[in-house]
Amino acid sequence: MPDATLTTTAPVVAGRPAAPRRRTSRHGSNAWAHVLLAVGGVVMVFPFVWQLLTSLSTNAQVMSVPPVFWPGELQWGNYAEVFSKLPFLQEFWVSVSITVARTVGQLVLCSMAGYAFARMRFPLRGVLLALVLSILMVPSQVYLIPQYQIINGLGWLNTVAGIAAPGIFSAFGTFLMMQFFKGAPDSLEEAARLDGANPFQVFWRVMLPLAGPSLGALTIITVLWSWNDLLWPLVVSTRAESMPLAAGIATFAGRTTTDYTVMMAASALAMAPILLLFVVMQRRVIDGLAHSGLK
Amino acid sequence: MTSVDRSPRPGVVAPARGSAPRAAAGGATPRGSRRGYDGWWPVLFVLPTMFGVVLFYLWPIVQTGWFSLTEWGAFGGQTWVGLENYQRLARDPDLGTAVVNTLVYTAIVLLGIPIAMFVASLLHRPGMRFTAFYRVLYFMPYVAMPTAVAMVWRLIFNGDFGILNQALAVVGIDGPSWTSTPGFALVAVSVVGLWTSLGFAIIILSAGLRTIPPELYEAASLDGASAWRQFRSVTVPLLTPSVFFVTVITVINGFQLFDLLYALMGQANPAMQKTQSLVYLFYNEAFLRNDKGFAAAIAMVILLIVGAVTLLQFRMQRRWVTYA
Repeated sequence: MPDATLTTTAPVVAGRPAAPRRRTSRHGSNAWAHVLLAVGGVVMVFPFVWQLLTSLSTNAQVMSVPPVFWPGELQWGNYAEVFSKLPFLQEFWVSVSITVARTVGQLVLCSMAGYAFARMRFPLRGVLLALVLSILMVPSQVYLIPQYQIINGLGWLNTVAGIAAPGIFSAFGTFLMMQFFKGAPDSLEEAARLDGANPFQVFWRVMLPLAGPSLGALTIITVLWSWNDLLWPLVVSTRAESMPLAAGIATFAGRTTTDYTVMMAASALAMAPILLLFVVMQRRVIDGLAHSGLK
Repeated sequence: MTSVDRSPRPGVVAPARGSAPRAAAGGATPRGSRRGYDGWWPVLFVLPTMFGVVLFYLWPIVQTGWFSLTEWGAFGGQTWVGLENYQRLARDPDLGTAVVNTLVYTAIVLLGIPIAMFVASLLHRPGMRFTAFYRVLYFMPYVAMPTAVAMVWRLIFNGDFGILNQALAVVGIDGPSWTSTPGFALVAVSVVGLWTSLGFAIIILSAGLRTIPPELYEAASLDGASAWRQFRSVTVPLLTPSVFFVTVITVINGFQLFDLLYALMGQANPAMQKTQSLVYLFYNEAFLRNDKGFAAAIAMVILLIVGAVTLLQFRMQRRWVTYA
């Protein structure tokens, strides 16, 4: 197979003039591609639309057979009920706090450590790096019980600090930033050094401003993960008002099985901030995630 | 950890100081001699991360290994039981169920890769418009909170009034109560898993498609290759590195199945025991039944399985991945 492709590359240059003709002929046939993509797109988006519609319906409409697609009179009251039936504002605040703490923490700590691993020399550098990278291979269950014990021992159960703490440190973030700094140009760093800047100034004023795209990718990954993560918050928070939204919604669903409309309104509100951010910055989010390859 | 504190001994700091002027003079090697160290600065840069990594990750891994050989008393305190937890685990039918469920879930989510390849190649067609719009549509489930989207999927899958069963009824099929029937529940969870991860595969495969030189297609069509033949002989082989990457990530994520399962079915669901994943089994033993020694053994088994599967995938990549 590779041989075939190699031999066919030869007449490429000669074949160039033919290309525009072929392109226009293909151009006309994109209609069916749009049809297929649109049908698939409707399937992908349907649950979100259905969620919005049911969140504005009455419970009777949700449970009716045949289904009611358009609720008629929109029940905005369901959204008001979210705030009385579950501690939504507290949970929202917890979600925001852990997301900010983890993101800021990772941006600072991972870029510093990544910079040192990429561009500084110190004893045991290889060993320390291998230790950090080794956790990339380990599923989170392996460290969950001891992490719980640490948080419990500190008396941090049901606190923002307890939920956020382990996630402030990240082997993956360190790796991501290290990869960037490895490829960064030497010249600027050298010039700053000659101007008498100390290593921290070199890092902070010269190298970090170059790292924008990588810092952006790390921000996107950390924000997404912090906002959506369920298992760890579930482990370290037992009271509804000290949970982030992801855990709060799941717990609320466990308590009430029939209050569908409020559940839909609550979950729509819980994911709205991230979805809005995504739609506004879609290019950067998609490129950032593709660039780093991991959640 | 402690070795980091002590590492830049006076003796090794000296050459680092000397290295700067040398680099300035030489120009080519900014970092100076091979043995030149950067003094105390790396400690400042690395110490916070090393502290957190050792405290919250590395030492806990060792601890879990140890816990898996102990039994926990009701009021704390561990007693050494050797391999008893592992023996108990080997006899436990739940482990087999969880392994099979996790594999089935992963296999169904992997079915999304061919779909993603198809969608990505549609988006890649020359002259294709609105691609950014389509990417947003297909990617939305990936960024949405799993617990929150699981709530609407609960409604869709509801046995009595769910829109899915009402649609099936139109064609004469009497749908089950999806999320509370063993077997069907796993299919339901897997379908939602596929739906959430499809966008990620599309994005990675789209990036892969963009790296294929258009000249190859031009050459192939000059040689008289049909669109299908071009897809099979140019697109597929050159896309295999991206497919491999997506496969590895999908399998790793598949083995971490928890959020969707927990949120879609609920802890109290009677079908949960038959539908649980490895991570759910771990969570249940560690934090609901408080059998932490046994749960630690489960965690070690998950580590072993994920490690073995990942290794196997890298071993097998030679057979089907083409690196141009």
